Amino acid sequence: MNLTQYLKQQLRFISLGWTRVLGVGALLMLLWVNPLLAKEAEPMASDAQVEVRLVHIADELRCLVCQNESLASSRADLAEDLRAQVREQIVKGKTDQEIKDYLVERYGDFVLYRPAVKPMTWLLWFGPFVCLLIGLVILLMAIDKRNKRIQSQQLATINATAPDLNLTPDSHLGSQAQESVHHEHKE
Amino acid sequence: MKKFLIPLVLFVVLVVFLAVGLRRDPHEIPSPLINRAAPDFSLQTLSGNTPFSPQDYKGRVWMLNVWATWCVSCREEHPVLVAFAKQIGVPIVGLSYKEIQPQDDPEKKLTPDAQLSLARSRGSVWLERHGNPYTLSVMDLDGRVGIDYGVYGVPETYIIDKNGVIRYKQIGPVTPQILTETLLPIIRGLENS
Repeated sequence: MNLTQYLKQQLRFISLGWTRVLGVGALLMLLWVNPLLAKEAEPMASDAQVEVRLVHIADELRCLVCQNESLASSRADLAEDLRAQVREQIVKGKTDQEIKDYLVERYGDFVLYRPAVKPMTWLLWFGPFVCLLIGLVILLMAIDKRNKRIQSQQLATINATAPDLNLTPDSHLGSQAQESVHHEHKE
Repeated sequence: MKKFLIPLVLFVVLVVFLAVGLRRDPHEIPSPLINRAAPDFSLQTLSGNTPFSPQDYKGRVWMLNVWATWCVSCREEHPVLVAFAKQIGVPIVGLSYKEIQPQDDPEKKLTPDAQLSLARSRGSVWLERHGNPYTLSVMDLDGRVGIDYGVYGVPETYIIDKNGVIRYKQIGPVTPQILTETLLPIIRGLENS
């Protein structure tokens, strides 16, 4: 190992050492400063948590004064009072459900944008699906009827243009057509 | 003929739904407190004697009327209550709801005591000018009792029976018609039961 190499290596150790010293120093400073910051920051952090939960709960609740707004977004006085109530109960450690129950007890199911599923609300929850089902049944029935009509028309046209063939529903058309015509006869 | 029957029936059903649905006032939310015990409270009165609690009226039918001097519809309702107070014949308790509004005290400098005395003086001046139908009025400054009673607008009126159970809630101003056709029969019925 020659002199220059040796010096270079020493220099690297020294600089590394200084980086370490600086690093440790900075860390110590942080540790020293941190408790001072924490005293200020802690209530802020828990407040922010309360606010997040408040928005989460209030978003699901209807403002009773301006009914198409949620409790989270309304600027009505009552909404402000109710938000204060919700906030207070969050701080007291109530669960989301308990807070919602508290408001339902006073203002009824109407405050919930997502009312509970119970006999009273079955029509509300399942009504649209029942309507969809009825619509689907009507649609299928209409399609079926139309198919049958077209098939019997086709049969009639063929018979009219080529009476020699004298097709009956049983002879050449598909089974569907046969069935449909049979049905029509029965009717 | 048969072809039109189904659409016609559907149309009639739709018309019935709309006719019922659109005539309803969406602001009238049925209260879950009907037929439940009136929430208890103890509040200072306007006259400043002893605090009032619903327990004091156990065994009597009484009315709780939510009002405020800043409430516009109350001005419409108030003369009706004044005119019919004798005919109503049961105690009418006024609930002075959030008399001090945020804009009255924007910097939140007023102490609770100062708020109470300001609300009392305002309330009594208003009642002197417009007439006082109330047996007594209680001061719900922070609106907490209002929330317990499910108040979401002023005026609102509750009828409470002898057992302290809420029997009826009127949302919005009481008119002579509502009073004679709805409230008075209910009160008379409860008094006789």
